[in-house]
Amino acid sequence: MRLSTSALCIAALSVTGCGLDSRRTPAGAEGQEPHIVLQTSLPAGGTGAHIDAAATAPEDGQWIRPAKDFASSRFSGLKEINTSNVASLKPAWTFPTGVKRGQEAAPIVVGHMMYVVTPYPNLLYAFDLSKPGASVKWMYNPKPLTSSQGEACCDVVNRGASYADGKIIYATLDNNVVAVDADNGKEVWRTRVGDINKGETMTIAPLIVKDRVIVGNSGGEMGVRGWLKGLDLKTGAVKWTALTTGPDSVVLIGPSFKPFYEKDQGTDLGVQTWPGTTWQIGGGGVWGWISYDPSLDLIFYGTSNPGPWNPEQRPGDNKWTSTFFARRPETGEAIWAYQMNPHDLHDYDGVNESILLDIPWKGSRRGILVHPDRNGYMYALDRTTGEVVYANPYVHITSSDSVNLKTGELALNPTKEPKLGKTVRDVCPAAPGGKDWQPSSFSPRTGLMYVPHQNLCMDEQPTAVSYISGTPYVGMDVRMKPGIGGNRGFLTAWNPVTGRPVWRIAEPFPVWSGTLATAGDVVFYGTMEGWFKAVDARTGALLWKYKTTSGIIGQPVAYRGPDGKEYIAVLSGVGGWSGAIVAGGLDPRDSSAALGFVGVMRDLPTVTPKGGTLYVFSLR
Amino acid sequence: MCSRFADRALRAGLVVLAVAALAACPRERRTFHDSPPAASPAAESAKVVRSDSGVSRQGPYGENAYALNQGKQLFAAFNCVGCHSHGGGGMGPPLMDSAWIYGFEPANIYATIANGRPNGMPSFKNRITPQQTWELVAYVRAMSGQGSKAARTNRSDEMEVRSAEAQTTTEKPVLVAPPPTVTPPAQEHP
Repeated sequence: MRLSTSALCIAALSVTGCGLDSRRTPAGAEGQEPHIVLQTSLPAGGTGAHIDAAATAPEDGQWIRPAKDFASSRFSGLKEINTSNVASLKPAWTFPTGVKRGQEAAPIVVGHMMYVVTPYPNLLYAFDLSKPGASVKWMYNPKPLTSSQGEACCDVVNRGASYADGKIIYATLDNNVVAVDADNGKEVWRTRVGDINKGETMTIAPLIVKDRVIVGNSGGEMGVRGWLKGLDLKTGAVKWTALTTGPDSVVLIGPSFKPFYEKDQGTDLGVQTWPGTTWQIGGGGVWGWISYDPSLDLIFYGTSNPGPWNPEQRPGDNKWTSTFFARRPETGEAIWAYQMNPHDLHDYDGVNESILLDIPWKGSRRGILVHPDRNGYMYALDRTTGEVVYANPYVHITSSDSVNLKTGELALNPTKEPKLGKTVRDVCPAAPGGKDWQPSSFSPRTGLMYVPHQNLCMDEQPTAVSYISGTPYVGMDVRMKPGIGGNRGFLTAWNPVTGRPVWRIAEPFPVWSGTLATAGDVVFYGTMEGWFKAVDARTGALLWKYKTTSGIIGQPVAYRGPDGKEYIAVLSGVGGWSGAIVAGGLDPRDSSAALGFVGVMRDLPTVTPKGGTLYVFSLR
Repeated sequence: MCSRFADRALRAGLVVLAVAALAACPRERRTFHDSPPAASPAAESAKVVRSDSGVSRQGPYGENAYALNQGKQLFAAFNCVGCHSHGGGGMGPPLMDSAWIYGFEPANIYATIANGRPNGMPSFKNRITPQQTWELVAYVRAMSGQGSKAARTNRSDEMEVRSAEAQTTTEKPVLVAPPPTVTPPAQEHP
């Protein structure tokens, strides 16, 4: 009797998802196996997808920006560490950063030096890799304002620095962009670009293109007005500011702006699609990833959710929040835009990474960018026009039905629309989306993308909220829960040509670390329990794992040391939005804590303490 | 006519009696108006309470269910929820546990709300009146089970995200150190 009941439940689960209405689910996503093969016939030569040739460079053993190349491939051409020997990988050296908050930064390697930015107070460490144990050559302290900690929505993280022109450049939590001499640690310039009293903070890693340092603000939960700025690499002077909301003149929309879809065409939509003057506090920060295509001379990035979360307080499309933009790096001029989530209902920021790929398409090759959006769809957009080539779900989605490729419109599920005084249940994906900031990688050898992400759903209820400068502007109670299968995270190998997953690894916790793909056909990623793992890039088979002292939410990188050997580096130290329960010592009894993330992470404090340690691994 | 008058008189008398009876009942006192923040500096209010030991244990509203509910509404209306959630914390520290960084006495909490604290807590003294601040103090204490249990609410009107304040077990509040200031190792220059 008991047996038949559970058999019935499994059958019901596979059909209906046991209570969750199963609208769009990639084949096989219901399974509970830790490693799920969805498609076995991967061609030996890969899928046929390649990195945008203009946006990548031959392997030089360095790692000068978090995404490795302008295409954001996070692919290392090094292959000394490979599938046959990765099992003997060992720590070469470690370094405690002294800051026990979420460590999201990518270590940067330039020549024989490595640079690491910590969470607030945003210390910059420089390690001389040619010295035994990679001794600290210097440390730079930008001394951010202590009060900036109270304006950061989701832990006091920093996503890393970038190198150009002899300078290490990064943003501090209190909105200063600093350029530090890479050789001696002396500050070269410092520009304050935002105001914490308006709820602005900065967590973004800059992208440096030619003589522009491109940065954006955080604060979609604080009623900020989002922007992207281009600073002069030599002096730090702000050369242009592209606001996310407001009239075309300040969004830098001019005669060259050609959005592909009719829904994104019009005049001053950054004002017209908002009630009254609410666009002035409408969010749309830029805190994620920027890619660059040198042949088109375009940068690509997405804007954050609109504010407040309560959608009834901002009827309209709320442009240009939750939108993907293509702009000229020199001037900031907009070339095209595509709004993924008009009038966003569920905190689906559009800031996630885009990987620039060329894929075989209908007999020729097509230049696309692949963007895993928070809303659960993997978007392939034409880099030249912004047309949606495909938009397929990579997680279970109940908040919408599909993306119309003719009109570019997202078909919302009306039963999941938040209304005042009503609890909407089983919204999938949850507020952090199918995937949050944690960046994917791509291997040209397999032609697959390695996508770290969540498997979460939520219940939510809007509340009336007033704007008070410098305080949160959210207006939503959220209660998250695990998605179908019960595991809260996945590493998914995605075929960017067919737009289908190939295999996936189920993880108990959200996979909140970036991934790294190497020419040794190994993919590295970290887990929130603190495991650093190496899996086979073709099959997903686990090849090696190492337990670090705290959960990993950082970005692994590979480099060639001065001794000619390959090294893999990653920061360990749990935190971020998902790990706020540990980093901030939050109370597990309140499901709504940390904007609803605590309720689904109650067991995290039992598996990991706070931490902040740099780990560097090699074969010995 | 006459009997009608007598009836009316009787009714009026009953009303007077009823009002008198009601007035005799002990009632919680509600103050609906208070002077604006500028007229009554926050520091002054805090001083008054600190000097009165009878009040300082609970604050003026620790046993007042109405004020506590007002405090709960203010906690949402002034975006306290955005940082502290419904007590579990987020951008700001949790308020429903026993750990207190800047003090758990009503006067300490009053000062925290009114003046702000250096690690991100903003000052609300120019945004809310001292009376509203005290109502918030009462609610903030109720979250961790401080103050009168009878006055604490038994249910929430919103989606349930945690058990109600009346169900919260009272733990002994303790002072904890603020988040440590990072002291990096001395800078080396080659």
